[in-house]
Parts: sequence; structure tokens; C-alpha cells
Amino acid sequence: MPKLTIDGKEVEVEKGANLILAAQAAGVEVPHFCYHPGLPVAGNCRMCLVEIEGSPKLQIGCNTPAADGMVVKTDTPKVAKARQGVMEFLLLNHPIDCPVCDCAGECYLQDYYMLHDRAHSRLEEGKNKKKKAEDIGPHVMLDTERCVLCSRCVRFTDFVSKSHELGIFGRGSTEQIGLVEGARLDNPYSGNVVDICPVGALTDKQFRFKSRPWYLEDAETVCDGCSQGCNIVLNTNPNPYNKVGQARAYRVYPRENAQVNQFWICDEGRYSYPSLDQGRAARAARRGLPIPWEEAVAELASGLKSALDSGGPGSVAFLLSPRLTNEELWAWARLARHLGVGQVEAGDGIKRTGGADGYLIQADKNPNSEGARLLGLGPRAGVLGAREVLKAAGEGKFSALVAVEQDLGAVLGMPAFLELAGRPGLLALVNAHESEAASRAPLFLPRAVYAEQEGSFTNRQGRVQRLRKAMEPWGDSRPAFALALQLGSALGQEPWAGDAESVFLDLARGVPEFKDMTHQALGKSGLAVKSAVAA
Amino acid sequence: METPRYLTRNFGNPGALAHEGYVKSGGYQALKKALGMKPADIIEEVKKGNLRGRGGAGFAAGVKWGFLPKDDGGPRYLAVNADEGEPGTFKDRALLEQDPHQLIEGIAITCFANGVHAAYVYVRGEFHKGRRTLEEALRQAYQAGVLGKKVMGSDFSLDVHLHPGAGAYICGEETALLESLEGKKGFPRLKPPFPAVKGLFGRPTIINNVETLSCVPHLISMGAEAWAALGCEKNGGTKLYCLSGQVRKPGLYELPHSTTLRQLVFEHGGGPRPGRSIKAVIPGGSSSPVLTEKEMDVRMDFDSLGKAGSMLGSAATMAIDDSTSMVRLLQNVSRFYAHESCGQCTPCREGTHWMHKIIDRIAEGRGQADDLDRLLDICDNMAGKTICVLADAAVFPVQSFLRKFRAEFEEYIRKGRKMSLVGWTEEMPEAPTAAGIH
Repeated sequence: MPKLTIDGKEVEVEKGANLILAAQAAGVEVPHFCYHPGLPVAGNCRMCLVEIEGSPKLQIGCNTPAADGMVVKTDTPKVAKARQGVMEFLLLNHPIDCPVCDCAGECYLQDYYMLHDRAHSRLEEGKNKKKKAEDIGPHVMLDTERCVLCSRCVRFTDFVSKSHELGIFGRGSTEQIGLVEGARLDNPYSGNVVDICPVGALTDKQFRFKSRPWYLEDAETVCDGCSQGCNIVLNTNPNPYNKVGQARAYRVYPRENAQVNQFWICDEGRYSYPSLDQGRAARAARRGLPIPWEEAVAELASGLKSALDSGGPGSVAFLLSPRLTNEELWAWARLARHLGVGQVEAGDGIKRTGGADGYLIQADKNPNSEGARLLGLGPRAGVLGAREVLKAAGEGKFSALVAVEQDLGAVLGMPAFLELAGRPGLLALVNAHESEAASRAPLFLPRAVYAEQEGSFTNRQGRVQRLRKAMEPWGDSRPAFALALQLGSALGQEPWAGDAESVFLDLARGVPEFKDMTHQALGKSGLAVKSAVAA
Repeated sequence: METPRYLTRNFGNPGALAHEGYVKSGGYQALKKALGMKPADIIEEVKKGNLRGRGGAGFAAGVKWGFLPKDDGGPRYLAVNADEGEPGTFKDRALLEQDPHQLIEGIAITCFANGVHAAYVYVRGEFHKGRRTLEEALRQAYQAGVLGKKVMGSDFSLDVHLHPGAGAYICGEETALLESLEGKKGFPRLKPPFPAVKGLFGRPTIINNVETLSCVPHLISMGAEAWAALGCEKNGGTKLYCLSGQVRKPGLYELPHSTTLRQLVFEHGGGPRPGRSIKAVIPGGSSSPVLTEKEMDVRMDFDSLGKAGSMLGSAATMAIDDSTSMVRLLQNVSRFYAHESCGQCTPCREGTHWMHKIIDRIAEGRGQADDLDRLLDICDNMAGKTICVLADAAVFPVQSFLRKFRAEFEEYIRKGRKMSLVGWTEEMPEAPTAAGIH
């Protein structure tokens, strides 16, 4: 572990760490455009030049490994002059069209101009003109005039997505980023180039011109698109006046987590956020007619009670889903235990599977299959699977069935669902989104999506990762754990928890794999479950 | 003054283009001698002969070879830099076109000394004739058993591949050359790692210039002491000087390193045209800092020119007489670097282009009082701040022209558009009509 001095501060860093990272450890920011920790070093922007004692020339921080005894200075006039020089060069032919640029507010050029340049352009001659607003792929627009040619996007397509669509064409001051002949930037990870672009050259078609980034609020949460559980930031814009459209969720981009997704996220996950606003169920309903939430809960409670009274616990089935959070699953499991209901399972009604690529995209499209398994709600002996439960219900074996986040219309087909709905007894659906089945169900309650609640998912590697509430639940919807707690108190369950955090504490006490975990302890990048052997 | 010729001994003897003729003139004897030596001894010999790299930097060839890791087991390569592109340079082209077997012999000895079994000759795209000549020579060398599985009957095997470039100046930079050989865009690589450790296809690689390799057979056959004695201290052997510009006898001269610049221009080159006087000399290619007439008593070796504030570079000596406008000349030079900057590093990509725009403006008579200081500041922001030395190469002429001929630039700025016609009208019989001025 080399020990070195940066601007008079002594730090010890990992072997192999470069001077940008070492400076970070010392609390010193070394400005850079082309360096990205997830990509091979290119060393072309020349912004990270630093002074190293004993070296006559300035050296780039990105390609210089920290060495024992090194004395690095970043606050000398020589370094300041070099930085200002690079900034002047970068802005020389830049169009400075910040007022219409989507990146304004999160642009390295803007930030570094304020920090390291603050000078007027000395260019007397005309600027270079290059291609603007080029449609290069299904998700990305390219403006080559704004580009600083850092080659991050090119390196991304070469080394991460390995799809090789982008290249640098031409030479010198007129060179441009562009598509390789015959290619489009169309790969399962294409949206990442927008995140890593330090300037406004690459912008996101779905997000551009919708909202200024400074109006957005960040929620550091986890993608629910598959069992990988990529760490994301979900951007919401709660203000109705400073945005285009009435959506709340505006953007998703990845958060670094070396254990899970490094710096990336797939396009499928990234562009799924409109579903947080679209097609959402707002009201509880009885056969399609809206009723107040409290009335629906009361009806659900009394339906469960009469089924239990007349047929005993065996006549009741809870059909949960691997899309629910650990907290939601645990609260329903506790309710089932209180009521003595044995038929409780969180399986897939319809197998939600798709392509896997051996990298981030997993075949299991449920975010919490592993969580359901660990909480004892996965497929297991003595308990019917989702389809068998429905088959049995159709044969009249259950007099009360509560399905949470299961699209029964799609699982059974609408005719079979309507037949089931026509049977005497209780059939309640709890879903986040509207569907035909929801509008025809004898009883329907809306559920808050993962982005509207605190909680956690357990990914396929057994990493428990925290979800953060990014926005208020839609309409009357509530997290499924809140519904379970409300039902519990209506059905005589001892009060045991109030919010997601307390549900999780109870879970951590009850499940050995989660021993000693708390929401705080999960932190930003989650914790691996304890192996069952230790328990 | 007759000096013995080594590198150019077969020039003007077309018979030596063929293997047979080359052998008749004493060729491939050095290779035979080398194959009987221990590889380490050959390297030692080259070190002792003070053979300096002829590509421009003047780095000692033997020392460079010594950087290869010892016995790393895997393949290692020799890349032959025949991408001669420095403005004013025309020595490698002549060597390719007039004595290709000499180069092949040098390649073979170098490869044997360094345990290399595959060499790649990267030939400048525009060198059609040189490429064809070398191609034919390689074919004959294979046929004659000089190359292939058993080099001249020994156990040493060697393949030499020929790879034409596509016309980019930057591909003469050694790591850009490697990128280009690998089929990628010619962007210079970050160092470290150095090519001797991780070069072509990720393997240890030596990169040598055509002239350097062509020296090797002579060094080996005459021995290190004799070779070193041909030159001066730390600069062994003879050197090819490409003399061009406004002298009476421009051309390629093979001379000892101890020749002075004044001797080269006035004795060998015959001095200026009648009625003209030399005012400046660019000693080693367009990127080497310009020297004034007063500074011409400098020896043309790597170290002496370095001490004089310039460099020998590719030994492309360009004489400039008093009829030439330094502003116009710099305009031309700066256009070259703006055009040839690969565009990888910010300072060079933008700086070369900007400097050219400013000098263009001055030459057109629209210069401003602060332009010269601005140019020097741009130079300062470029020099030593990029991956390769193209930025420095672009900066040296600007800095040296402004330092030594500032008055000429100031005159252009002061006199504006009137002055901008001088470069064109002086030699013309008549001044252009008003309609010709825009």
C-alpha cells in the first residue's frame, strides 16, 4: 500500500490506484474528462495534469500509479495554467449553447469553467462547424459540436458493451465521434454512453427537453427489472410547473456498485420508469366501481374472517409475488402465520423470464425471487404453486384467495378468471397497475410500486439492497406491507410493526440469513445474506 | 571533398537492387558474420559503435535493444519505421528505392541479435516505388534463403512482412505505427507501458528507422571501433543529410557526423543562389527550431545541435534565403501540423489548428498587436502536455520563428494588407492588378 503526499496531505492508497483516485482519498479533486474508473485509461483530455516532485514535466494523474513517497502537487500555478489552457482549448470550438443543451447543470465543461478557467475566449477566427442533433440509435442523440472527444463512449462500446458501434473519424480539430459504417448505437447497454458523456454531446432521447436536471430529485434505489438488482438513481420531478408532461419519474441512471453492476445498467431497466406513472391503479374497487380504501380493507378483513370461521385456515390462500419487497413479503407471511394460513407462496403466476446475457441482464425478471426463497415463501413441498392454487380455487377448494401483484387475467385467461370471480367466497386482487382483471375483480386494492416505498430486495447473489422512496404512492395505493399490517390489526393480530423499517427489523430477527441487518446497515450498496451454515 | 560512402555505396548501381548484384558488391557478408556471433555480442557491438537512432530522437540503438525483457518466452517483434514523413526528409525513401537488400540485411542482423522471428516493415503509403522495390527484394531474399525458415543456412528463422501505411504523418510516431499495424486508427499510445515491454500485439517490440537498420550491416562488418571512428563522440558512423531549400545543390549527402551545418550548406550544397544570402536554416526537419545564419557553425550531430537549441531530427536541412518570408514559411509549416495532428489530445488537436488560424490571419494582413504573445501562450499550453511529441513538433517552429524573426511578423502586423502581398509580389514581374486583390 503506497503512502504518498498530495497537496501536503499524506494518504495511503490501494496498490495500483492512480493519482486521481489517490487525490480523492486526500480530499483533493483532480479535474478530468476522459478518465472513467470503469473504462481503460485513454489519457487524451490532458485535464488531470499534476506536478510530481522530481519530474520536470507535468504528468497526467489518470495514467500515473501512486507510488510510495511520491510528492504530488495540484495547487501550483503551473498546474492551474495547464488546466486553464486545456479548458480554453476545449471551449475554443465548443458552441456554448448551454441554454438549449440538455446537459446544462450537469456538465463538466460548465463546472470546470467556473473552477479552473473563467476567461473570455481569445479566438478571433470562426469556430468549426460540426454535425448537430444526429440520431445515432434508438435511445441516443449525438451533437458532435459539443463533444470534447474524450472517447469515453467509444471505449464503452469497445470494452463494456463490446458492440463496437462508435469510432472517432477524421483527424485533428475537425474530427468527430460517429457511427461505424452501417451501424446504429443499438445494443442492450446503449443508454450508458449518455451517463458517461461528460458534456452534452450524447443526450437521452427519452429524457431530453423534459426537465432541467436541477429540478430533479434523486432517490438512490434499486432497479426492479430483473434479479440482478442494479443500483440506480431514480430522478423524479415533483413540481408540476417546471417540466414537460405530468409524469413524476423522469430518468434512471446507474449508481456504482462494484459487487452488482459496476457503473452500468441495461437499457431495459433504464427505460422502464414510465411504468411507474402509466397505467397505475389509483382507487380500491368492487367489481370495477371505486370504493374508499378503508371500506375495501374492512371488506377484505371480514371476507377473510368468515372464510376462516366457516372453513378454517385451510380454506384461505395468499398468492404473493417475487416482485414484492422483503418487507411486503414478510408482513404477509406474518399475517398468514397469525391466521394459521398455510397456503402462502410467492411464485410466478406467469414465468417472467427473458433473455440473459451473462453480464447484467438476468433471465429471471423478478427482483426478489431470492428474497422470497429466503423468507420461506418460495416453491416448496406441501404448498401449492401459483398455478395449482388457482386451479384449486377454480375447483372451489378455497373460499378466500388474496393475490398480491399477480395478473390473474393473464395467468388464467379472462374467461377462467371471470368464472373464478363469479364463485361465492372472497377473491381480492392487490395490484399496482390497472388491468382487465383488476377492473372485474370482486375486490381490488391498489398497491404502491417499489419506487413509492422504503424497503429492500434480495438479488440473485443474495445481496440485500435497500430501496428508497422516490415519490408518494399513487392515488390511494399503499405498500402491500401496510395493507397486511392494517388487515392484521383488523383481525386481532398483536401490533408488531408500523413502517418498512420496523418490519425489516422483525424480519432480521426472524430469518437467520438476515441476522443483525437494519435498513441503515444496508447502506448504499447492500449486504450479502449470511450463509445458512453459520445459522 | 570525397568522403567514403557506406549507406549510399550502391546508389546509382541498379544491379544491386537484385540479390545477386547486392551479394556481388559484398552484401550479406555482415549477416553471415553476425550469424556466427553471439546475439548478446552483436548488441554490445552496436552499443560500442555509438549507433544513434536515425528516426529523429537519436536514441542509442543498442541501448533500445537492451530494454527488451530477457527470455520472456513469447514472441517479440521488430517494427521497421519506413513511414518517412517529416517535411524535408528524403533519406529512407532513397534507401528503400536504391538499396533494399541493405535494409533487409540490417533487419536480419537486428532480429537475430534480439531473438525476433517476425519483422514488420511499415512503409509510407505514398512510397509506391519504394514499396515495390522492397517487395521484390523480399521475394528474392526468401528465394535465396536469406529469409525464411533457415536464414542463410543457420537455425535462425525470420519472416519479414511489408505493410503499407495510408498517408498519415502521425503513423511515423512509433506507437501510432504499432496501432496502425494492428489495424487500428493511428493514435499514439500512452507510455508506460513502453513498446519494448508491451508493443505490437501486446508483445515486446523494437521499433527502428530504415536508416538505423541500414547502418547495422556496416557497423557489424567493419566493427564497432571503425564505425564509431567515422563519426564523432557518441555519434558513430556516417549520416544521411537531406539538404533542400534555397541552395545551389540540394540533395542527399552521406557525410560524417562531424560535418558542420555551414559546411553542409555552403561547401556541399554550394551556398545560396546568386545574389541571395542565407538568412536561416532549419537543420533537422520542419519541427526542429530554426537557426540563423550566425548559428551555422554547429556540428551536425545529435548532441551538438541539441546544445545549440535545435535538433538533428531526421537531418532534413532546409536552407532559407533572404527572398523568403518567414511569416509565409511558418504559415505553411503550421498548416502541416494542423492537418496532421491526430486529434487525440486536447492541446494538440485544438492548439495546432488555432495557431494555424492565427498565423494565416497574420499572413493575410489581418494580424493584431497581441497575436504574437497569444501564439507564444498557446505554445506554452501545448508543449510537453500531450501523449506524443507532435504538439512539441508543432510548437518548436512557432517559438523559434517568433524568437529569431519577430521583426518580420511585427512588420506584417503593422503594415496589414499591403504587407500580405509581399511574399507573392516580390518575385513576380508585375504587381497584381486591383482586380486581383480581394
